[in-house]
Amino acid sequence: MTKQDILKPENLVYQKTKLLTKNVMHYCPGCSHGVIHKLIAEVIDEMGIQNETIGVAPVGCAVFAYNYIDIDWQQAAHGRAPAVATAIKRLLPEKYVFTYQGDGDLAAIGTAETIHACNRGDNIAIFFINNGIYGMTGGQMAPTTLEGMKTVTTPSGRNHEMNGYPLKISDMLALIDGTCYVTRQSVDKLPAVMKAKKAIRKAFENCQLKKGTSVVEFVSTCNTGWGMSPHKANLWMQENMTARYPLGDIKNI
Amino acid sequence: MAKIKGTVVVDTERCKGCDLCVQSCPQSVLELNAKVNSKGYHYSTMVKEDDCIGCTACAMVCPDAVISVYRVKTND
Ligand SMILES: Cc1ncc(C[n+]2csc(CCOP(=O)(O)OP(=O)(O)O)c2C)c(N)n1
Ligand code: SF4
Ligand code: SF4
Ligand code: SF4
Ligand SMILES: [Mg+2]
Repeated sequence: MTKQDILKPENLVYQKTKLLTKNVMHYCPGCSHGVIHKLIAEVIDEMGIQNETIGVAPVGCAVFAYNYIDIDWQQAAHGRAPAVATAIKRLLPEKYVFTYQGDGDLAAIGTAETIHACNRGDNIAIFFINNGIYGMTGGQMAPTTLEGMKTVTTPSGRNHEMNGYPLKISDMLALIDGTCYVTRQSVDKLPAVMKAKKAIRKAFENCQLKKGTSVVEFVSTCNTGWGMSPHKANLWMQENMTARYPLGDIKNI
Repeated sequence: MAKIKGTVVVDTERCKGCDLCVQSCPQSVLELNAKVNSKGYHYSTMVKEDDCIGCTACAMVCPDAVISVYRVKTND
């Protein structure tokens, strides 16, 4: 059987979803943001909610997310995405509203907005991309940076006496009464990607069940900021990031 | 006995040569080409076409969604 025999439309089992636009993503080669964008686009496509979904883009490497997924978007000031999403959801309660935020955006400058959106139990999905660093601005320490991890602002490694501890913000969010679903996922391998996609779907479905706020943390990589190849970054993430940020559901009610 | 045969198509111009698909393939079907696309990236290429089982692992981990996968059951 030749390649030509297999290459027939009826044998197609996977292709780029039409919800991803033709724009080439500006992300570095191998960046987790690309995989997560793709999964969100696939879920919106599979649920048939393209016209009912509104995303709120962050400040961070994903600031241009609106160029890549063909839905309605609003771009928020740094860290304010959950507040903007709250307003959108309250004005347009029938819509599926989600935020897409990095760890600097969600766990540093936007900590208050994140906690209070979760405490209000706003029926939104929060997609939290934890790559342990400020990617966009050149690799500074984030609240989630691991102890010992070198960044441009912690050149000899993060040290808790000087810089505090890596913040397990999803665990904090799970303690808040307003959240219904808090989970940690990764996107490094096929089984992980499939699980992450299910988590995204559940978070979207919760938006309409009026159960409260859903948070999906993606333990991610920033291979450029970490100074590693994309594959090495995945291995490093598996070994080090998941030890501090274990994968799996933290809360599911 | 029925066998699963697969193949992939890489949109080479959009490929960024990140190597994640190469590393994810359980059959070691893919490698980065010695040649580059117009942006200078060594794009992903099938080097062991006969071994592809169409499992989609490469396509699912590709951050730029540039891989399409085809799969068929055969009796050859
Ligand atoms: C009010 C304000 N303060 C600071 C900045 C600078 N800034 C831009 S992105 C960013 C952090 C991005 O890190 P993260 O949210 O983790 O996103 P990543 O790029 O890692 O995906 C900072 C501090 C800004 N743009 N606006
Ligand atoms: S700097 Fe890091 S987070 Fe930003 S696009 Fe590059 S790899 Fe991704
Ligand atoms: S994962 Fe995608 S972008 Fe990276 S080398 Fe493979 S085909 Fe190219
Ligand atoms: S479909 Fe599976 S077997 Fe074929 S190239 Fe991709 S990862 Fe390898
Ligand atoms: Mg970050």
